[in-house]
Amino acid sequence: MLTLKINGKSHKVDADPDMPLLWVLRDLLGMNGTKFGCGVALCGACTVHLDDIPGRSCVMPVSAAVGHAITTIEGVGATDAGKKIQQAWLDLEVVQCGYCQSGQIMAAAALLAKIPAPTDTDIDQGMSGNICRCGTYPRIREAIKQAARKQTTAEKKG
Amino acid sequence: MDLSRRQLLFVGAATGGGFLLGWHRPSGPRILAAAKAMPPAFAPNAFIRIGRDGRVTLIMNQVEMGQGTYTSMPMLLAEELEIGLDQVQLEHAPPDEKLYAIPGFGIQMTGSSTSVRMLYEPLRRAGATARIMLVAAAAQTWNVDPASCRAQRGVVTHTPTGRKLGYGTLADKAATMPVPARVALKDPKDFKLIGTPAKRLDTPAKVNGTAQYGIDVRLPGMKIATVAASPVVGGKLAFFDDSKAKAIRGVRQIVRLEDAVAVVADHMWAAKQGLKALTLRWDDGPNGTIGTADVVRGLAAAAQTPGVVVRNDGDAPAALAGPSKKLEAEYEVPFLAHAALEPINCTVHVRPDRCEVWTGSQVLSRVQAAAAQVTGLPPEKVVVHNFYLGGAFGRRLEVDYVPQAVRIGQQVQGPVKVIWTREEDVQHDVYRPYYYDRLAAVVDARGLPMAWTHRLVGPAIMARWAPPAFQNGIDPDAVDGAAQLLYDIPAIRLEYVRHEEPVLNTGFWRGVGVTHNTFVIESFIDELAAAAKQDPVAYRRALLGKSPRAKAVLDLAAREAGWGRPLPEGRGRGVSVLYSEWGSYLAGVAEVSVSKAGEVSVHRVVCAVDCGTVVNPDTVKAQIEGGIIFGISGALWGEATLQNGRVQQSNFHDVRVLRINEAPSIEVHLVRNLEAPGGIGEPGTAVTAPAIANAVFAATGKRIRKLPVEKQLRSA
Repeated sequence: MLTLKINGKSHKVDADPDMPLLWVLRDLLGMNGTKFGCGVALCGACTVHLDDIPGRSCVMPVSAAVGHAITTIEGVGATDAGKKIQQAWLDLEVVQCGYCQSGQIMAAAALLAKIPAPTDTDIDQGMSGNICRCGTYPRIREAIKQAARKQTTAEKKG
Repeated sequence: MDLSRRQLLFVGAATGGGFLLGWHRPSGPRILAAAKAMPPAFAPNAFIRIGRDGRVTLIMNQVEMGQGTYTSMPMLLAEELEIGLDQVQLEHAPPDEKLYAIPGFGIQMTGSSTSVRMLYEPLRRAGATARIMLVAAAAQTWNVDPASCRAQRGVVTHTPTGRKLGYGTLADKAATMPVPARVALKDPKDFKLIGTPAKRLDTPAKVNGTAQYGIDVRLPGMKIATVAASPVVGGKLAFFDDSKAKAIRGVRQIVRLEDAVAVVADHMWAAKQGLKALTLRWDDGPNGTIGTADVVRGLAAAAQTPGVVVRNDGDAPAALAGPSKKLEAEYEVPFLAHAALEPINCTVHVRPDRCEVWTGSQVLSRVQAAAAQVTGLPPEKVVVHNFYLGGAFGRRLEVDYVPQAVRIGQQVQGPVKVIWTREEDVQHDVYRPYYYDRLAAVVDARGLPMAWTHRLVGPAIMARWAPPAFQNGIDPDAVDGAAQLLYDIPAIRLEYVRHEEPVLNTGFWRGVGVTHNTFVIESFIDELAAAAKQDPVAYRRALLGKSPRAKAVLDLAAREAGWGRPLPEGRGRGVSVLYSEWGSYLAGVAEVSVSKAGEVSVHRVVCAVDCGTVVNPDTVKAQIEGGIIFGISGALWGEATLQNGRVQQSNFHDVRVLRINEAPSIEVHLVRNLEAPGGIGEPGTAVTAPAIANAVFAATGKRIRKLPVEKQLRSA
């Protein structure tokens, strides 16, 4: 049995150590917000955070996640950056089919937590691992900037 | 965000039996219980149910795959029903061809950019009918003239006295009111919702991870399977050894089909490992030696034969035989995979007397029919649960994966979710066909066309998919966008040569015929402009005198793009114009640069759109933005190539799609008018490839007559 800390809660799972975290989340724990897109870290649909670092759960052996704080789309709204990103996604109507958006939001939240006012280059670097076939990129870019502006405003007020 | 919007709930397919499953609780159990208890006291038609508790449920016959139907369809109903979008809950429609066939097609289908243009009036009528019956019920209760009552936000008010009754209270009585024979629809100037950028109703669930796609189904006792089908169309499984696969922890069962093997396991990881551990040998059959070049040879040969005449204005062949200057070109577009981000999946539970299917599909009743056919059950014993679709782009207009999942399910105890790996999805797609086109034009002394001939060669998807639509040897989809050629040319001849290459299954891909034809036509007209040494916009304008709406979008796009203004060294602008059966007029201007290595950067795309009446302008813009990005991926890199009957691409390393760092700035400009609504899901894609190819020509002088663009630039 392995113990995982996901979104602040402890979960015990019976999994082989090399089983990717994606399938542990989806098939063993029933946390379906994290999506399967490619299985080889090319599309970013499965992005989760490990101690605030975004990673592709489809290639991350579950054993490597033990002892780290795992954050998924189900829990990212509890983080400051995640909440702002989700709100900006709602405000700007980013989503279309929505399938990639869990991963996009996880990547964007990690970016914003690390770089409070990301430039276009920062957004390119932070988000280019996440494919969106519906083509929501222009709105993703704007939403990250809007979330950053709100964050900066909030910080100034505080 | 207001709370009521957060409370929007999809309550699953209630009518097909098998209601709300324990796993399906996106908004929490409290609301779920209320929904479950809801008696639909008033159900005036297939789209509206009103409970005694006042709950208004709208049934979504057009599936949501990103294009915004779960907002635009409710807007149409709610506008006339006089209810707020914050007051409704949505429910996926079950398969029912009688209730939910799309007008004009007679098929329960979401595709071909039809939802708004075909349902604009019927859904408003459905909403208005219900409202009139609710108002009649109130008027009868008060013994007053219905004309003295008005409805607003789910409440009927008797205007002179201020008395009010809610829809819930009126529901039972409304159900006894006569259905009005004639229903007056609102004057557009009175619209409260239609034409406004209403917030999408599906966004909250898609932002917090609770939205349910087919792949997210969880059922008690469910197994997960992944599959390897013959890598060659028509191939059979010749030999397999599953001893190693069976030894993997979590693998429960290996299912052998005639043309596929499935590994059934406790979870996807075990299934994937099991699949990898199988030793498989295939009998490839007759397609096992075929490569892309063979397909092209077949098409090129067919292009030498005359086709069925689709359009014949004037006498183009005579003009071509004359002495005037003639231009000729051949164009090719490749097979294309869809690569929707949600891989193909289908969950089934086959029992002796009944079959349940859970999947996201654009054609629900076909899912039902396919499962019925395999099991031998009557269709009514097949329950289909629909979901949000994680992208479709035409792929989920096909149900090939349903019989496969059912056949697997027939050999498995309990429910089984069959998920294709990305590699399986890319290599077993139903691909956009390879098309081959021959064009010729005769031009006058000023370089303007006097005659135009276009012979297009490709398969007839409609002959397979909707046989009644295949009339007189013409596939209406294959010629769409070419048959309506708007340019004012005295002689126009369009021929269609049906040529099937059964080495790959081919079908619809965002725009299909129009996407292909617009590339061919708008590239060739650009060739004529270049040969006449005329500006591409001015040249088109001169030929659009009879098409004011097309000319207007061309002017708008050119103006907004700064057409004619100098560009930095190495950059070029290209333009394209689109019109088709969708009824929408578009013009696009792309700005590109090309590196020495032949890499194309698309810097900016400006698109002008006249789609007539707009239901939700923000959704329209989103569809155009997304359509353009989808079009760029296809134009620059998209192709599925064949070797030994096998598709050579497999995952996103060689199925290259546009990423955010490569995405241009996109500007969409809408022309607002009250013309009939046109389709909007596909045209953004269709207008893009020619604009890019023409921009590449402007930047480099290289004419792209074959897609994908970058491959041509590298081989040139």
